[in-house]
Amino acid sequence: MTIEKPLTKDIPADGQALDLAGYERAGGYQALRNAVGNMTPQQVQEEVKNSGLRGRGGAGFPTGVKWSFTPMGSDAPRPKYVIANADEMEPGTFKDRFLMEGNPHQLIEGLILAGYANQSDVAYIFIRGEYKLSQERLARALAEAYAAGYLGKNILSSAYGLEMYLHISAGRYMCGEETGLLNALEGKRANPRAKPPYPQVSGLWGKPTIVNNVETLANVPHIVAKGAAWFQGLSRTKDAGTKLYGASGKVKRPGLWELPMGTPLRELLEEHAGGMRDGLHFRGLLPGGASTDFLLEQHFDVPMDFTEVEKAGSRLGTGTMVILDDRTCPVGMTSNLIHFFARESCGWCTPCWSGLNWAERILKAMEDGAGKPGDLEKLEFQTKFLGTGHTFCALAPGAAEPLQSALKYFREDFERHIREQRCSFQK
Amino acid sequence: MLTAEERQDIEAEMALYPTKEAVRIGAMKIVQRHRGWVCDESIRDIGEMLSASPADLDSLATFYNLIFRKPVGRHVIMLCDSVSCWIMGYERVREHLVGHLGIGFGETTPDHRFTLLPIVCLGACEQAPAMILDNNLHGNLDPAKIDSLLEECR
Repeated sequence: MTIEKPLTKDIPADGQALDLAGYERAGGYQALRNAVGNMTPQQVQEEVKNSGLRGRGGAGFPTGVKWSFTPMGSDAPRPKYVIANADEMEPGTFKDRFLMEGNPHQLIEGLILAGYANQSDVAYIFIRGEYKLSQERLARALAEAYAAGYLGKNILSSAYGLEMYLHISAGRYMCGEETGLLNALEGKRANPRAKPPYPQVSGLWGKPTIVNNVETLANVPHIVAKGAAWFQGLSRTKDAGTKLYGASGKVKRPGLWELPMGTPLRELLEEHAGGMRDGLHFRGLLPGGASTDFLLEQHFDVPMDFTEVEKAGSRLGTGTMVILDDRTCPVGMTSNLIHFFARESCGWCTPCWSGLNWAERILKAMEDGAGKPGDLEKLEFQTKFLGTGHTFCALAPGAAEPLQSALKYFREDFERHIREQRCSFQK
Repeated sequence: MLTAEERQDIEAEMALYPTKEAVRIGAMKIVQRHRGWVCDESIRDIGEMLSASPADLDSLATFYNLIFRKPVGRHVIMLCDSVSCWIMGYERVREHLVGHLGIGFGETTPDHRFTLLPIVCLGACEQAPAMILDNNLHGNLDPAKIDSLLEECR
């Protein structure tokens, strides 16, 4: 049986972008043509809802449900906005860049369809400043899409119109957080907003706004073209679709693979990533970027989907794994992760800016051979206040995840650092 | 004084957003594209154009790490210090760069050729360690590759 790879099958192997002609030859923009010609916005929403598509940015929220909160009808506030979150900055994550560089039209069509389903008037692709190649290719694809009548007024001679802009950001991890992104687009610091109201009701400039991740949107044209049942059938577990999985760290073949959702961890590591490099042993991994709990060898049979990884005590997150080997220091790795979160904290909530800064200093001291008795208890204390419910956004709870699981799974390493007053790993 | 070209670029940006406020960050990026960084005078000029106080603009400039409020060298190096690169030898690469350039993070070489900055994950984890040199991504870094990249900047 061949595995279907809707998101990546048309991406040229030579590293070039699929242009408009190539995208159309592969069936591109047929879903849009069908939607604006033969489907109501509600039907598109319904199809996506029934498909079971869950947000690929990390949180896994059902996309169709998210859309269903958009005020519809003639008395809905206008303009309505739809945004592609292309601010990929979760450490260890490199999937959206691949999709944008290889098949920019797929994202654009997905975003137009999201716009149609929610009857949005304006679309922004919010992309991080460092993704230069993605920006160039998206800008070219946008011009092609406008010229072909897929964007602007009366798309494909229908009554629906959508303007789409490429917004190039100026940095900071916080911009990837939904409400931080909205503030950044409005020209403010990317601090998070209180929820409710949710962006679907009151988002960009107080208007109804949908924000979806790149990989999420890339799925939409295929769902609209082939239907919810087809999408459900792609996966190996209850969570639908395919997933772009990735691996980095000291495995034989770091990389990215589109596979059925629910592919077991063991298969990803051993078959696709090729196992550990010679002479190294596996110690643990972050399943989906920096803000997920560590998993161990005992979790190798966990199917990698939103539901099952959560049962194992972590989160699927972005699905791109970071692998820790036995020659790399778990304390050092945790210190690196917390340094990242501390630096990227926007400073809005005290448990985040203060707690992360504190945790960062403790970990750094431990690495440098100046760990003190009681440090581990202090770190555990911090994970409680960083956790869900004490901050406006998920940055601090995300930071708590690798920290709390490292303290649990690699306890002996932390204790040895304090006891021996040094890091025994060779740098 | 903003140049005619800078004004034109900022005005073009204003057409894409419903408020002047939304263009604040973009306007600073435009000035930086032309001059390499954003000086106090530019902050004042942009503020006049967009009805923003210098303090408002500076609070944005200091928040967004890709806006430079100090002069940078002709070539800007941004070295990824996030987790995958750290596992794959970030520290060795950093030591080599620091040794080769004779500067630390946030510093510019006395000949104004290079500025060295840390950066968050560049989404190039399969080719870690990675860095950006003058907006272009370079992966699978080792001392020899760094030397040849820097040599091209001579």
